[in-house]
Amino acid sequence: MVEWFVWVQIVTAIVAGLGALIVGFAGVKPNDYTLGATLLVELFLIIQLVMAIIAPLLGNVATGSALEFWIYLVSAILIPPAAVMWGLIERNRWSTVILGVACLSIAVMVYRMSQIWFVQLA
Amino acid sequence: MTRKASSTASGIGRVLIAVYAVMALGATARSLFQIATKFDEAPLAYLLSGLAGLVYIVATVALIRSGRGWFRVAVIAIVFELVGVITVGTLSQVDSVLFPADTVWSAFGAGYLFVPLALPVLGLIWLYRVRRAEGRR
Repeated sequence: MVEWFVWVQIVTAIVAGLGALIVGFAGVKPNDYTLGATLLVELFLIIQLVMAIIAPLLGNVATGSALEFWIYLVSAILIPPAAVMWGLIERNRWSTVILGVACLSIAVMVYRMSQIWFVQLA
Repeated sequence: MTRKASSTASGIGRVLIAVYAVMALGATARSLFQIATKFDEAPLAYLLSGLAGLVYIVATVALIRSGRGWFRVAVIAIVFELVGVITVGTLSQVDSVLFPADTVWSAFGAGYLFVPLALPVLGLIWLYRVRRAEGRR
């Protein structure tokens, strides 16, 4: 993992998540902005996936359990597409809120992944 | 309006289901990892963690499905979670060997931003409101 990219990912996910929660509760249906932001969060996860494959080859290895890291990463990658599918099928405000929940979950999961990678002692 | 939707899966109930689905995925995947790699360190806690994951799956399914039976399953699953998070949360403060910090219910779910504590409360409020609304019909 590269630390600055982790922060880009977390900040993007938090902004996308809070934004979707706010406009969702305000009654906005899923639109290009909220769906697009969720897809951006997914794109960053896929970039992270590629980086996580390459990084160990360059000597940047996880300090914690690599298996646990990968479980988080794979689980995280599944979430935004599921939320976007939901938003496309069911077009009401709650689907926008769900996009927000999905993005915030990713923020937490990426943070946990960074802990496993950088500061795991156990 | 031809199909009859599940009343627990309407409106904001959908959001509840989405959060339950994420928790089900997170708790189950993590406990499988713990049981597979470090089961000996805290067998009871990790087994309970696995059970918690399964209960999240049951709650997710029960909230999606309609009917009285599934409503009852949802109530039981959510009450089980509330009892679990409070019991394990308390025990993890008292006995940190038996219940280490890295299970879903430890320290009242602090590792999951207290979502495991908030979720069953919100879930029960939601089920109560659904039941009351149906009673009026």
